[in-house]
Amino acid sequence: MTETATETVATAAATIDVVIDRVETAADQVVSLVLRRLDGEPFQPWQPGAHIDVHLGEGLVRQYSLCSPLEELDHLRIGVLRVPDSRGGSRAVHELEAGSPLTISEPRNNFPMLDSRRYLFVAGGIGITPLIPMIEAAEKAGKDWQLVYGGRSRGTMAFADRLLERYGPDRIQIIAEDEAGRMDLDAILGLPRAHMLVYACGPSGLLGAIEERCMGWPPGALHTERFVASALGAGAASEPFEVELARTGTTVTVPTDKSILDAVEEVGVRVLSSCRGGLCGTCETQIISGEPEHRDAVLSEEDREAGEVMLVCVSRAAAGCPRLVLDL
Amino acid sequence: MTAMTHEPAVLADDPFDTANILDPYPFLARLRDAGPVSYLESTGSYAVAGYQEVYEVLTDFETYISSGGLGPRDIRKDSGWRPPSILESDPPIHTVMRRALTGVINPGTVRALRGPFTPPAVELTEELARRDRFDAVTDLAEKYPLRVFPDAVGIPDEGREHLLPYGNMVFNAFGPENYIFQQAFAHGDEHAAAVMRNCERENLSDTGFGARIWDRVQEGLITGQQATLLVRALLSAGVDTTVFGIGNTLSVLARYPEAWARLRANPKMARFAVDEALRVESPFQKFHRTVAVDTELGGVKIPAGAKVLVFIGAANRDPRRWGDSADEFDLDRSASGHVAFGMGLHQCVGQPIARLEMEIVLQQLLERVATIEPDGEPVPILHNVLRGFESLPVRITAA
Ligand code: HEM
Ligand code: FES
Repeated sequence: MTETATETVATAAATIDVVIDRVETAADQVVSLVLRRLDGEPFQPWQPGAHIDVHLGEGLVRQYSLCSPLEELDHLRIGVLRVPDSRGGSRAVHELEAGSPLTISEPRNNFPMLDSRRYLFVAGGIGITPLIPMIEAAEKAGKDWQLVYGGRSRGTMAFADRLLERYGPDRIQIIAEDEAGRMDLDAILGLPRAHMLVYACGPSGLLGAIEERCMGWPPGALHTERFVASALGAGAASEPFEVELARTGTTVTVPTDKSILDAVEEVGVRVLSSCRGGLCGTCETQIISGEPEHRDAVLSEEDREAGEVMLVCVSRAAAGCPRLVLDL
Repeated sequence: MTAMTHEPAVLADDPFDTANILDPYPFLARLRDAGPVSYLESTGSYAVAGYQEVYEVLTDFETYISSGGLGPRDIRKDSGWRPPSILESDPPIHTVMRRALTGVINPGTVRALRGPFTPPAVELTEELARRDRFDAVTDLAEKYPLRVFPDAVGIPDEGREHLLPYGNMVFNAFGPENYIFQQAFAHGDEHAAAVMRNCERENLSDTGFGARIWDRVQEGLITGQQATLLVRALLSAGVDTTVFGIGNTLSVLARYPEAWARLRANPKMARFAVDEALRVESPFQKFHRTVAVDTELGGVKIPAGAKVLVFIGAANRDPRRWGDSADEFDLDRSASGHVAFGMGLHQCVGQPIARLEMEIVLQQLLERVATIEPDGEPVPILHNVLRGFESLPVRITAA
């Protein structure tokens, strides 16, 4: 994936006015923002893996995963990595100060945590953020879980100390590259285990290496969320878009909180599906025109670039592409 | 785990006797109703036939292992008739073999097959549409996969006649060494030798899946012997299953003229018809797992070393999962979640290929055939673990 900044003009998608309550330094180049609603009301409950869109002005929208405690709905916390060559999103966030107003979206989830008996969490750098609420949920439900968290150096690894302190070294393994070298993925992943899901978030290179190793695992065991090193957040296009169903001859609007698959099924058009999570390839659909944003774990890099097919259970229209025409 | 365990229901029925093979569903319904886990006296194995238990056994691959073989004997103790395949392995051996295979067969590589897989289906169905009756199994289902699949793997023309008999051996060996087994193995050595020859790199074309598997040897992922075994796995698991998949789909559709008419109006629905047909008439009906450690399932204790017979075809008709109409084909049902291709670690690698073949044949037939109906009783095949027909006479009207 390339840059995730979605430089579209913000439109009617439901937004919330918040105020920045606190700005904390979470690590070198990482700040953590605590947000409260301007009207003093609590936020809607959200699920582990969820993110918000942050509207940074001049049409710049970025996505950041939530990492505050699930139960504390009086605030939301996001972690933001500042990257020098960023196109502006993370810099703009770093320039925000306590007390400034901000516009965000309702929390949405593109990286939902499925119920299972065991979990292995793997974080690369700022990819730790969506995993924090997952860990909290796993711990609370008494699941068997482990976190392996890698980063360039301890100083750059946000929330590492806090996690270690809270859950202890039996659960949490911190691997700083300047001390211990890179993460040894073969050792970390080990062998597939029955009823164990892997949730991984981090830079593309790390996720690619994990995907390669998990190809011999049960289909659906691995769940990843991709982001580029310059900013956190799957490039969730934050606008609703239209899907024209070429065979059926109808057009459906896909709102921000629904998948194409759900929206299409709602108007009575059937699409063969199985996992509904971008994992199995069953819902693969031909694209007649328009540009998709792929969010599945099935298509190869070449497939993604060719842009001829997409997995409609998870993938969406790319930012700036208001209409997809699909062979449905 | 609670201390509340009970003895399994003990059944005298033999799932491998002729009557239960030719008409399996009454016995399977009895088995499901007997309780979550039963014990079969005839085979000395435990049995699961409900969706929930079958799902649990398939997904808990640490407790219910495959390296004991998919047949009734424990091939860890008593070596099998051939070196174990990917299907008969556990992690870590399975992990590397599966990684190699998934890199070669995946939605992207299979998508490219639609082109080459279509003309043979056009040709076969054009010819059949000129007749007023034909045998949907011998004239179509048995022919089509052999026209396309061996080319996709890249094996030579010579020796292809051994593929169906070899597949027949491999799958029948997942049942007991009964009369059916012996028939299948009658010329076993000859078939096995011919198929093994075709798994060697020098006998594979440069463009097929076989050669791509051997590329993984170059990359250091697998050994040459593992590459041979993986090509062998494709050749043994990829032909019979799909033949039965096509035949079973047509056996169902010939009985549902309304569904045929709807499919003709909307051929895009062929994929749903195939999926639902795989649910009601699952080609691969049952196989064994071996219990690795003492365990408990559905309140029944099962000791380490025991064999569990997993009835996936019965799980696909479990009314607790599919409702009261579970035995009926219903084009409007969402069959997703069926376990006809297995579930979890060993879930069928060839699934996208099988689906593609079945969809193409059905779409081509729908284009040319206005109505299709049974022309006499179908003849089910006597097979230990696969469900299908030896003959399926149909009467048609051309479009
Ligand atoms: C309708 C057709 C097919 C059906 C119903 C079917 C069914 C199955 C089932 C139920 C399993 C899992 C067995 C277990 O859990 O122990 C399986 C595994 C497998 N199938 Fe298929 N299959 C079909 C077509 C194919 C084709 C076309 C190929 C080859 C390209 C193929 C290759 C394999 C292989 C290699 C495995 C072993 C996977 C592993 O152990 O990880 N199958 N199949
Ligand atoms: S339904 Fe599995 S990828 Fe979409």
